Amino acid sequence: MTRSLRPLLATTLIFLFAYLLAVTQHPAMFSTRVLGNFLTDNAFLGIAAVGMTFVILSGGIDLSVGAVIGFTTVLIAVLIMWLSLHPLVAFAIALTVAACFGAVMGAAIHYLKVPSFIVTLAGMFLARGGASVLSPDSIGIQHAFYSGVSKSYILMPGGGRLTVVGIIMLAVFAVAILLAHRTRFGSNVYALGGSETSAALMGVPVARTTIAIYALSSFLAGLAGVVFSLYTSAGYSLNALGVELDAIAAVVIGGTLLTGGYGFVAGTFIGVMLQGLVQTYIVFDGTLSSWWTKIVVGVLLFMFIVLQRLVFRAGPRRT
Amino acid sequence: MTRQTVDLRPSTEPPLPRPRPLASLVTRPQVIALAAVLFVNWLLFPGFFTVTWQDGRLFGSLIDVLNRGAPVAILAIGMTMVIATKGVDLSVGAVMAISGAVAAVMVTSGYPAWLAVLAALGAGLVCGLWNGILVTLLEIQPIIATLVLMVAGRGLAQLITEGYIVTFSDPVLIFIGTGSFLGFPMPVVIAFTLMLLATLIVRRTALGLLIEAVGINRSAARFAGLSSGALLLIVYTFAGFCAAVSGLIVAGDIRGADANNAGLWLELDAILAVVIGGTSLMGGRFSIPMAVLGAMIIQAMNTGILISGFSPEFNLVVKSAVIIVILVLQSPLSARLFRRLPGKSQ
Repeated sequence: MTRSLRPLLATTLIFLFAYLLAVTQHPAMFSTRVLGNFLTDNAFLGIAAVGMTFVILSGGIDLSVGAVIGFTTVLIAVLIMWLSLHPLVAFAIALTVAACFGAVMGAAIHYLKVPSFIVTLAGMFLARGGASVLSPDSIGIQHAFYSGVSKSYILMPGGGRLTVVGIIMLAVFAVAILLAHRTRFGSNVYALGGSETSAALMGVPVARTTIAIYALSSFLAGLAGVVFSLYTSAGYSLNALGVELDAIAAVVIGGTLLTGGYGFVAGTFIGVMLQGLVQTYIVFDGTLSSWWTKIVVGVLLFMFIVLQRLVFRAGPRRT
Repeated sequence: MTRQTVDLRPSTEPPLPRPRPLASLVTRPQVIALAAVLFVNWLLFPGFFTVTWQDGRLFGSLIDVLNRGAPVAILAIGMTMVIATKGVDLSVGAVMAISGAVAAVMVTSGYPAWLAVLAALGAGLVCGLWNGILVTLLEIQPIIATLVLMVAGRGLAQLITEGYIVTFSDPVLIFIGTGSFLGFPMPVVIAFTLMLLATLIVRRTALGLLIEAVGINRSAARFAGLSSGALLLIVYTFAGFCAAVSGLIVAGDIRGADANNAGLWLELDAILAVVIGGTSLMGGRFSIPMAVLGAMIIQAMNTGILISGFSPEFNLVVKSAVIIVILVLQSPLSARLFRRLPGKSQ
């Protein structure tokens, strides 16, 4: 057991413990039905959090995720309902727009030498504003493709439904794990997060990697927007407000180091599931109010940050 | 979060000139920008500069800009100090909600108003202190340390108000939000007083210098004998205090505490105001009056968009355009371009 695996292990244990605790109080929570809903309800958050994991691994942050999701839902709704394009064409256009948007942000971060925090903040304003300029009102989507997708699912043993949306999320996680740990791009991301100067000296193409990271993050945010659009069958500029914070929280709870250079995509999955568990538990309990979700997530966030500090105390300090 | 780059070259920017004559103050880009925004507003709405005296107080669009911009200006005062130490405080919006909730709940459950105000300010101080402890003792990056309170803070505020919008009719609290003093709205008076006090304390003592030292290089400041930990604690606590004041104003203005919407996204406006004011996000030199001016520029743009009949959502696009222009102007790339121009070379 290497020291570096400890945060991931801690997250997994805490999730299992929390789930066990929840099941002892509400035995109904131990079923594939709940599991299927877990995956469906948190699909957009999970996909966005994967992009955020790469950004944080490289030592940056992306605040524009929620806004890009909102913008994508509006763009898709406009393309389908106003221009009567086929949803698949609309998805392709929306994903391309999102990826280009991210690439421009990455280029700004690299070439203008500004902190990613402020560039993506501008991106957040731009995407939210752009979405509400496109349409300030919510647009409902009626299309045979949408109703077809929402009706199709794989029945799991025990009556649980694995929806298309849930499958997309699982696939994204699987691809992202391979991308992070088995490709040159993945190694470059880790190297950048460790130290940009050293990475550049080692021959990592810093400009190309930075642009690719932010393009990937926005692309995945766009995909999360597609999923959100399938999930709600509507486009609204205020969709997914504050999802960037949930995504960052999921990444941190998943054991990725905020200074960059260390973490696992799989950890993010558990982080997302843990947040879903808190929400489901509060729904099951019925007596707790919804604001407890925020407090519990905040407490979890705090616990994991402190845990990281303790585990990495002996490591090199970076202030 | 910020990228770790090592830059050993001497800084190409000249140090901030101090003390400065009035002429150089007027030609500051921020002052010109504010004048330009106000001029555009005047073109759109000819009565923009008309200020009338009625019922013992001033009325007019200009006063309205000052009044509406006051909460962000107060946040920006605290935020300037935090950013000068190379930090950032994302929790100020949530702290506003907490402070408003504390004041409203205490007043409605029968406590005197002065006690409610003190408790609300105390809550802000505690929140700021919490952030400060996370940043100094646990050495967590500021953006993440304050993220904890940003996520949990709104939940705490809802816990205090039990999920309701608590309304009150206490004259003292309402006076803080909507009253007037010497003809000026109370929020403006509070913001101006706070700005004056903070600027005097920072510039007439060594405090400002020490904050800049910590912001430029924390380790070097520590080796030079500064207790940077205590300094950071003070700065974050002050930011929490400013947020609490701002929260009281917003609560008094709507005569109620709305835990969900009070101060929502105002932290981003405050950061933007500080950046417009010329304080670098990389820490170091800062200017409180310029940040307040930045807040006024943002509010003047908001008001201009509203009176010109565009939808308020258009605001976000304009804001992002402003950020992009500032980023390009502040970047090393444009500094290199400008240096090539004749007359601008040092």
